[in-house]
Formats: sequence, structure tokens, C-alpha cells
Amino acid sequence: MTIQEAQEAIIKETAGFGSRLEMYDYLVAWGEELPGLEDSQKNDRNALPGCQSRVWITAKLENGRILFAADSDSVILRGMLALLVRVLQNRTPEEAASADLYFLRQLGLEQHLSPARAAGLRTIVRHVRQLVEHLVDTSLTK
Amino acid sequence: MTIDPKKIRADFPALTRRVHGRPLAYLDNAATTHKPRAVLEAISDFYSTKNSNIHRGVHTLSEEASAVYEEARETMSRILGAAGPEEVIFTSGTTAAINLVAASFGRAFVSEGDEIIVSELEHHSNLIPWQMLCRERKAKLRVIPMDESGGITRETTAGLMNKRTRLVALTCLSNVLGTAPPVREIIRLAHEREIPVLLDAAQAAPHLPLSVRELDCDFLAFSGHKMYGPTGIGVLYGKKRWLEVLPPWQTGGGMIASVRLDETEFAEPPFRFEAGTPHIAGAVGLKAAVEYIRSLGSENIRIREREVMDLFLGRLRNIPGIILYGGESPRTGVVSFNLEGIDPYDAGLILDGMGVAVRTGSHCAEPLLRALGLRSTMRASIALYTDESDIEALIRGLEQARKMLG
Repeated sequence: MTIQEAQEAIIKETAGFGSRLEMYDYLVAWGEELPGLEDSQKNDRNALPGCQSRVWITAKLENGRILFAADSDSVILRGMLALLVRVLQNRTPEEAASADLYFLRQLGLEQHLSPARAAGLRTIVRHVRQLVEHLVDTSLTK
Repeated sequence: MTIDPKKIRADFPALTRRVHGRPLAYLDNAATTHKPRAVLEAISDFYSTKNSNIHRGVHTLSEEASAVYEEARETMSRILGAAGPEEVIFTSGTTAAINLVAASFGRAFVSEGDEIIVSELEHHSNLIPWQMLCRERKAKLRVIPMDESGGITRETTAGLMNKRTRLVALTCLSNVLGTAPPVREIIRLAHEREIPVLLDAAQAAPHLPLSVRELDCDFLAFSGHKMYGPTGIGVLYGKKRWLEVLPPWQTGGGMIASVRLDETEFAEPPFRFEAGTPHIAGAVGLKAAVEYIRSLGSENIRIREREVMDLFLGRLRNIPGIILYGGESPRTGVVSFNLEGIDPYDAGLILDGMGVAVRTGSHCAEPLLRALGLRSTMRASIALYTDESDIEALIRGLEQARKMLG
């Protein structure tokens, strides 16, 4: 499944939602599925700065593919993290780096993308992109 | 006269909004209140008929604009019980007002080894300016600790005062807990030692009558937008004897007596402290807000808000898993709480999905939250237009949050 196909699948799953609450229900369900992180990995190094609810993300390369792991105090943010992981997991750094994550806009989550939002999906996306860029550099130097 | 919430709500156009398909239940009034039509019309009327710069032109519009701006100052002076309008400085809000005092008073009266006292309850706006000042002047910031019920005591405060104390800067009402420190007693204790006191009245202004004459505070700061006025306008009250000896903070146009290339003679207070073109329309809007409050009666508002708060606390206490912060202390305006095992951010999102506006987070008071061992709470805050429907919507929203997240 390509990045685009993964995004389309999410858009299709959420297309019939009539209310914001249904979307949150969906995110909570995905948030509960997210494996999360060991307590030892919920450290400052993996933490995102400036989020109202704490968020931690790790990314590593295995056989040239990115493996993300993430966690948050907020189950709704965990749901958003789970969707990001679903789209970007096991991609090459180059694929992930060039991905247009348009599904976030399509899902009506753009209010969470505003720079002012205290616990921003924006911060998460930016952080994920930084991790990906770092892995692109790492894989290039190898 | 008692307050008829239905009639009052009709004065606030924003309250008719729907959010995510549901009627708006606005309970974020401690962040900012909505504006009554009288305020919106006053602002629109100013720009439509009198728009001009003040104190500068000989022309009619400029004179009219100057007149309404100074009338606004007189209105503020009257409701505060100030000695005169020269004790009222218009600022952009509480934050600017406190920064003005920190910079100006600090420059004039704070030097190495001196001390400033604040409390653990403070909003960052009444903490960081003093932190910065103390760092710059090598002075010491002393902090009155908060007790378990979200208050501070006279005794602890008095214990921190000494010969090096230059100022006490204190909130009238916690923006997180709604608890009120005993400011009158603290002012008395400070004055016995000839220490001036600044009050942060940002939260108190919409809920409590503020008479600087009765309080006898030396400085008092508040924002227009938290008391039904526009954003970008606020007031710094300063006792004349202080304002007369304080140097200007920001400099520029409109605050001088005469300027030569090498030297400037500054204007008398309050103009010395209002560099640049002020928020004239904001002052006009704030005057309209104050007149609106006066038309309803401050005492009537207080009674009404007390009833709403009692109802609110009663309903909140019945929610399973609710944790209320601030113990049994009386609360004015705001209540902070959490639901056991539920992240406040998540609950806030569910509430928003149901049309209920609350604030979540640390409420710009991280030291207070840390003292409670918390990172974040939900905060609901009321205004004179809050009614049973808002509270019921919040209660339903919290039940929904428990169902979805619990």
C-alpha cells in the first residue's frame, strides 16, 4: 500500500462521519490500538516541546525502512499519532520525507494544525518530518 | 432589580453562535468575555463619526476624539474611586500595565539586594516581569507559598516583608482556582512597612467591585476584554504620588512636554506613560462596557454570578470521578477540575465537539499547577450572561467525555 493509498483508506473510513464526536471516537479507538512506548522511553529526549499533553515519538531505521513508535497522555493525540504511523510506517526515509499528508486536512483536523494550538498536531507533524529528515541524512551517509 | 439572563443574553450577539452544529455554551470567560451590542456600537460609532488622532489636531474631529478618550479616562477614574483621571493610564492590557510598572518602578526604585514579593498564585503576567526585573537589578524575588486551599495567608506574607522589600505584586483572584488572597490585609501590612502594593485585577475586574480608594493599593492593573470591553485596551491605576516620580517606560510621540535633540522633558502623568497613538476606540469601547455593567448594577451581577456558581459547583460535585481544585474555598468566576483518569485535553476536545468552550492546560500559571502536582486542568469560567443551559451543556459534555474516554 502506497502512502497515498493508506491516506485514502483513512479518508474512506471517516467519510460518513456526521459529527466531530464520531471523529473523536474513531481517534480514541485508534489511540487505544497504538502500542505506545516503554516508560523509560518517555523521556525528555523523545518528548515534543510545547504540547499541552505530553507526546513522545521515536523513529529508527531497520533495513532501510522507518519504524516509528509514539505515545501521549492524550488518547485523542495517540489516535492522531496512530494514523500518522499507519501512513508512514515501514516507508523509506525518502518516501516519508516527500509525503504530502493531505489526509489530515481531509479529516477536518486542520484546527489541530494551527500554530496556536497548544497541543498541536502541527508540532507532531513537524517533529515527525524532522525525524524523517534526520533518517534521510543517516541513510545517505551510510 | 434582578438580572434576567434571557434578556441579557440577547445583548451579546456572539452567544447566538453554533459550534459543531450545537448551541455555543461559552465557559471560557476568564480568558475573554463576549461583548455586548452597546460596546460594538460604541466602537463602530467612534470609527464612523469621530475617527481621528487625539491631543494633536486643531480640527473638530481630533477635538472630539480627544474628548471621548478623556471621558473614558474619567469614567475609569470614577468607577475605581481614583483621586482623579491623572491616576488612570491606558495600556494595551494587564500584561502591559504590569510590565510598565516593573520597568519604570524597577528602574527608579529597585537595586541590587532589594526584594520583590509575589505569590505562587500569580498568572505568568504578574510573575515573569518581576523575574526579569530581579535578574536585571540583581534583586531577589520572594514568593508567598500557596496553602492547600489555594490561598495565601497574611502571616506568611508578612514574614517575607523586610527592609529590602520594594514592592508586593499580588493577584486579587487566582485565574486557575478562583480563590481570593486577603489583599486588603496584605496592603495594610505592607503599608505599615511603607511597601507599595500592585494588584493584578485582571480576573477580579469583571466580578468584584474594585475601589482603589478602599483598597488603598498603589497600583492596580486590569484588561478591558475580560470585562465585556474590547481586546487591546487595559488600565493601569497608579497613585498620583507614585506616577509623579516614575520615569516613562516606552517613549515616543504624545508623551512629551518639549524635545531637543539632546534632551527631552516629559509630559505630566498620565500622558508620560502613553507613548504613541493609544487605542482610542478601545478606550471608548471600554467606557461603554463599564456603562453596560453599571446599567445592570455591579451588586446584581455579583448576586447572579454567585447563584450560578453555587448551582455549577453543586452539579459538578455530583459527577462521578470529578476532582475539584481549590478545596472548600469560596470561588469567584472560575473553577478548575479534572476527571479521574482522563486527560484534560481530550475532555476539552469532546466538550468542544459538543459546543462547550472551556480552557484546558496550565492557564499561564505553571508554578501554581506545579504546586498542586498537576500539569493541566480543565477550567470553566462564568460571566454575567452564564445561565443554566451553559452549565447543563457542560455537565452533559463531561458525561459524554467519561463515556468516550473513561
